[in-house]
Amino acid sequence: MSDLLIAFLSLLLAGLRMATPMIFASMGGLMSERSGVVNIALEGFMLTGAFIAAVVAYYSHSAWAGWAMALAAGSLIGALYAFFVIELKADQIVTGTAINILTVGVMPFLTKILFNSTGSTPGIALEDRFSFEPTVMAFVLVAGVAYWFYETHSGLWLQFAGEHPEALSSAGVSVRKVRWFSVITSGALAAMGGASLSTFLASSYSPMMTGGRGFMALAALIFGRWKPLPALAACLFFGVTDALQIRLQGVAIGGVEVPVQFIQILPYVVTIIALAGFFGKSEAPKALGKVL
Amino acid sequence: MKRTFAGFALGLVIALSLTSLAGENPFHIAGILYNSAFGSRYDLGLTLFYTTPLIFCGLSVALAFHSGLFNIGGEGQLTMATLTAAAIGVFLPNVPFPLAPLLALAGALAMAGFWGFVAGWLRAVRGSHEVIVTIMLNFIAAGLASWFTLRVIPNPNSQNPETALVGAGYFLKDYDLVAKFFPDTPVSAALVIAIFVAICVWVLLWKTTFGYELRVVGANPDAANRAGISEKKIRIWAMGLAGALAGFVALGEVMGSAGQFKVGFSADYGFIGIAVALLAQNNPIGVIFAAFLMGALHKGASDLDLETTTITRDFSKIIQSLIILGVASHGLWVWKTRTKGKKRQS
Repeated sequence: MSDLLIAFLSLLLAGLRMATPMIFASMGGLMSERSGVVNIALEGFMLTGAFIAAVVAYYSHSAWAGWAMALAAGSLIGALYAFFVIELKADQIVTGTAINILTVGVMPFLTKILFNSTGSTPGIALEDRFSFEPTVMAFVLVAGVAYWFYETHSGLWLQFAGEHPEALSSAGVSVRKVRWFSVITSGALAAMGGASLSTFLASSYSPMMTGGRGFMALAALIFGRWKPLPALAACLFFGVTDALQIRLQGVAIGGVEVPVQFIQILPYVVTIIALAGFFGKSEAPKALGKVL
Repeated sequence: MKRTFAGFALGLVIALSLTSLAGENPFHIAGILYNSAFGSRYDLGLTLFYTTPLIFCGLSVALAFHSGLFNIGGEGQLTMATLTAAAIGVFLPNVPFPLAPLLALAGALAMAGFWGFVAGWLRAVRGSHEVIVTIMLNFIAAGLASWFTLRVIPNPNSQNPETALVGAGYFLKDYDLVAKFFPDTPVSAALVIAIFVAICVWVLLWKTTFGYELRVVGANPDAANRAGISEKKIRIWAMGLAGALAGFVALGEVMGSAGQFKVGFSADYGFIGIAVALLAQNNPIGVIFAAFLMGALHKGASDLDLETTTITRDFSKIIQSLIILGVASHGLWVWKTRTKGKKRQS
């Protein structure tokens, strides 16, 4: 019995680790989407953060420096996205897709210049990597976002920007500025998620290492009804599914070995079932995707 | 139209300027791109080979877009289709020629249509956002395809992740004038069929009742409801059809050239299809030309690995994304005049 308990606890712990990048990204998504800007660029933001953190941590031998630079780079690419969708009124999904493709193209361009490699960065030494800190920070972040969201004036502004932008502007607050702030923060947070991927879960940046986690973070957000704590719960659920997926590889159920690919697609199937509202309906912010 | 071209040019120029950061001469890079895309009959053949799937994927995105949906799932749909066509060809190797490719194509279209239908149904009936659902379906398709290829019908003569070859009756090549005109390239009659399908989609959208209803649903769902058009039904059909259009990719890949499904054969055709539809402003005829442009860029970039020391073929992704951004920024022109106006005031 205690074996089972240990196995269960270690699964939970692994799930917690796997959920960490998604928690950051879904908080980023929350910022952007609650302010009314659809954000499928989370994947690209994460990839950017993962890359910058790995490069900086490699050169500086400090995961914290990598983390800080990832935050800065995430803000920058968030600002780029904000410029296109808020100022130039470009379609949010088209622009998000373009940002995702752009990051996939830019990273090999940079690794070729920096390391003469076609995509990956050199490994970061174990002592230069995080051991548990990102997971703690992720939880602190969720608490902070929830408090800020529901207990402060500026948090309320953000909610209004996504629900009733007209009401906000008639109260004398610039919806444009609120959205700019939210999208930039979104980039920074998602990049931190990426950074925890390359300096915490793995030891370097490799191409496409996010593997759809940005989209899953978005799904967790929708699953969590665009609210911080339920979104956290959804991320943890996806994290445990992800950990289970790794545990189940090579395990035979009823004498038949389950193909590894079937287990790998498990999180995606769960996401679709969640999105289909079979666990309850979720309602998007009213002004989500509406251009000013 | 002018703005689309301007956006395209802007994206291309910015992308090329970036190469100077890597110590390359942008004009030199532009020359490589041009030569590699159109330099010889062989190069042009390859460009047209890439154009073919891009036409289908562009049509897929465009058709869904007219119904107000975003089909970002072309990649999963074409994967399922190509796998299905290869599977039919492997399991039924002795089917004779005219019947064989038709059978494989029918299977491919049905499977891809189903893949699109799932997303359309979930959107119409359960309200799940089609963008996330189709992205998840892309990952699921990739997983299933990898399993089926490696475990069920692997190629016994190769270490690569690819299926066994289909029966001889499935190949178009003996009857294929396009392939004969471009010897040694994988381009096939699928190109002609792509152009034909584009015309069909144009007719469907603008000359049929269904097309009219589809466009009404996309333009104004409320008006559609009042006119008695079922928004749900139209959207489910639109996604199913969009899936099937992406599924046509199997034709050029399996019957036209490779004769098998290879894991990773698609150079993100499904995603570049978005750029194609955007460039063409969702006009099916425009899709043909936009696909040719994007195909040329893709082929052009493939030689960057050899011709330069610092720029790799991934550079095509940078060009494509910047072109999407350039074309998508309709507000650019408004924004420019607005900031000009501000300056005048101050």
